[in-house]
Amino acid sequence: MRYRQTIAVLALVGLFVALYLWLHALGFGGAIKCGASGGCEVVQTSPWAVFLGLPVAFYGVVGYLALLVVALAGLRPVALADRKWNVMLVGLATVGILFTAYLTYVELFVIHAICRWCIGSALIITLIWIVALAALRRPFAAPSPPTSPETRTGPVA
Amino acid sequence: MNRFYVVLTVLAVVLGVSVFALLKTGGGAPAAAAGPPPSVADDGFRGYSLGQESAPVEITEYLDFECPVCATFATVQMPTIREQLINTGRVRWRFRDYPLPVHKYSRFSAHAAQCAGAQGRYFEMQDQLFEHHQWAQTGKDPSNLFRTFAQAGGVDLKAYDGCMESGKYAQRIEYSRQEGEKALVDGTPTFFANGTKLFTSLRRLPNSDDFKAAVDSIIAHSPSSPKPAARPAHR
Repeated sequence: MRYRQTIAVLALVGLFVALYLWLHALGFGGAIKCGASGGCEVVQTSPWAVFLGLPVAFYGVVGYLALLVVALAGLRPVALADRKWNVMLVGLATVGILFTAYLTYVELFVIHAICRWCIGSALIITLIWIVALAALRRPFAAPSPPTSPETRTGPVA
Repeated sequence: MNRFYVVLTVLAVVLGVSVFALLKTGGGAPAAAAGPPPSVADDGFRGYSLGQESAPVEITEYLDFECPVCATFATVQMPTIREQLINTGRVRWRFRDYPLPVHKYSRFSAHAAQCAGAQGRYFEMQDQLFEHHQWAQTGKDPSNLFRTFAQAGGVDLKAYDGCMESGKYAQRIEYSRQEGEKALVDGTPTFFANGTKLFTSLRRLPNSDDFKAAVDSIIAHSPSSPKPAARPAHR
């Protein structure tokens, strides 16, 4: 349960990072807040900031939203013992980390500029991937039945 | 409600407010570059110019980058004028700022051009501002777009950002505007040839033929004017 909660929190943070970049790409707000380096602007205005006709950040919003929804769905009491939610989280995180790796490669070796927000997002998706893998590798125990008052040990008031 | 969901909801609200605040305050046109300066000073600058110093006629154009007529003139008439009058050594063309108060981003765009000019890229920025003049029709904050223009014009963005943030040339632009006001500039673009206002009775935007006629007339009435050699204009 802790793994999925951690993923939900990380996905929520990543969602807002991607949302900010997406809204900025759509023209909301002024120049991007990125420190004095100007790297974000260089990256955001490069041809690689658009993928299949949509701003790259849009895919980030969709990806993080999917991770958040799956993590929350996996936190329902009936889903806690179901391993398939962990498989789905690993699958989504793997797609995310591969896409991030491609974008980071483009930043470093093609555009030669680093966007701090993109690095932040890369860190978040990497953490999600690690946590999702750890959750998948963890052996699942059968859920224990609720403890009835009769089986309680210790002094009874 | 489970404590985890309470924490998650609070986090979502905090992040949402943060994104809103970032978009609200993020960058934007720096007030120092976008608004009139509190005071004005003459730094000795008299505008960027095209053409030879020895040209017998100097035309001064007072322009506003947000003005659509200025953009039309720059993109439609100016190429011919450059070819026929400036590149032939007959005219030196000087650009002066005259930001009109009705335009929200006039000073800001003039400042962007000056900051690019500080890096030797004034004309590249001017081309960008006039050739992609859609920015003036959207009403949206163009600071982001101007950075893209600057980048396309070969301007170093770090120095550009510092220049724009500090409003380094706000006083220079205001000085130019006041200079135009004293010369009775009543709109943009307004042209002067060797200090004399041109086309005062013309009811339309002057074209390259109008300038050619005006320049021919000035040269014809100036017997002492030297015959300049035909050399390409210096940018």
